[in-house]
Amino acid sequence: MEILAIIGAFVSLAGSLFLLLAAIGIFRMPDTYNRMQTGTKATTLGSLLFFVGIGMANPSWWGKLLALTIFIFITNPLSSHVLARALHFIGKSPLLKGSKDPDVRDDLEAVESLETKEGDLV
Amino acid sequence: MEAFAYRLKAFLVLAGVWLILIYPFSLQELYTGIAISLLLVILPLPGNRVFAEIGLAPKRVFFAVVYVLVLIIEIFRANIDVALRVVKPVLPIKPGIVKVQTRLKTKLGRLALANSITLTPGTITVEIKGDELYIHWIYIDAEDADTATQKIVSQFEKYLEVIFG
Repeated sequence: MEILAIIGAFVSLAGSLFLLLAAIGIFRMPDTYNRMQTGTKATTLGSLLFFVGIGMANPSWWGKLLALTIFIFITNPLSSHVLARALHFIGKSPLLKGSKDPDVRDDLEAVESLETKEGDLV
Repeated sequence: MEAFAYRLKAFLVLAGVWLILIYPFSLQELYTGIAISLLLVILPLPGNRVFAEIGLAPKRVFFAVVYVLVLIIEIFRANIDVALRVVKPVLPIKPGIVKVQTRLKTKLGRLALANSITLTPGTITVEIKGDELYIHWIYIDAEDADTATQKIVSQFEKYLEVIFG
């Protein structure tokens, strides 16, 4: 029992490490899209490991932690998808400033997207 | 018969979530939850058909379990990848939006695909138009970007195709 709690503590620690890296990523990334990549996404593994660790320490909480994990995994992508879509909708280019790389491209042009959005609203 | 099938699926989902929530079971809570789930399913409320595309055949359930495992492994791999990008001093990113095709036909299948792509760090689904997904990718591979992106989709697609048809 004790040993399981100690392992759980280390798993939680690993989870919080990923959350810390996400926070560092928000500082370091150059534009909003990439901040979202690190900020909203490192939370998936971070919170997963965190819940597993808590579940090891308190086995009677498994059910609620499982429910939390399922709901986070369903709703977290939804919110970041809506954020990215809104960001592209207002015309923010995903390309970095001064990027000359021919392989990097924006298949979804902002203007085209704006037109269809207005059509949808009517 | 068809009406019965989708009502049964909605009931299973509702009761399943309730069972997880009250995990150390007590009979009173169990009866109340099942009664309310039954009531919700029998009443002609909107949204009952949301779960109609879920298949209950054994093969589909088996693939769903495998799919969850694949997804978790993929989340681990991609999370470590993005975490390493964050701590590297030169910040190796090359972002852009790429277009990929999907073979999935059902709404719920496409929703699951877009959600899985967004769940794996490094890729965000920005928009879905018909069978085309627009994905923001943190590092576009210089060599053969199209096959590389197709790989993002197909690794989930082959499971979702069986699960949702």
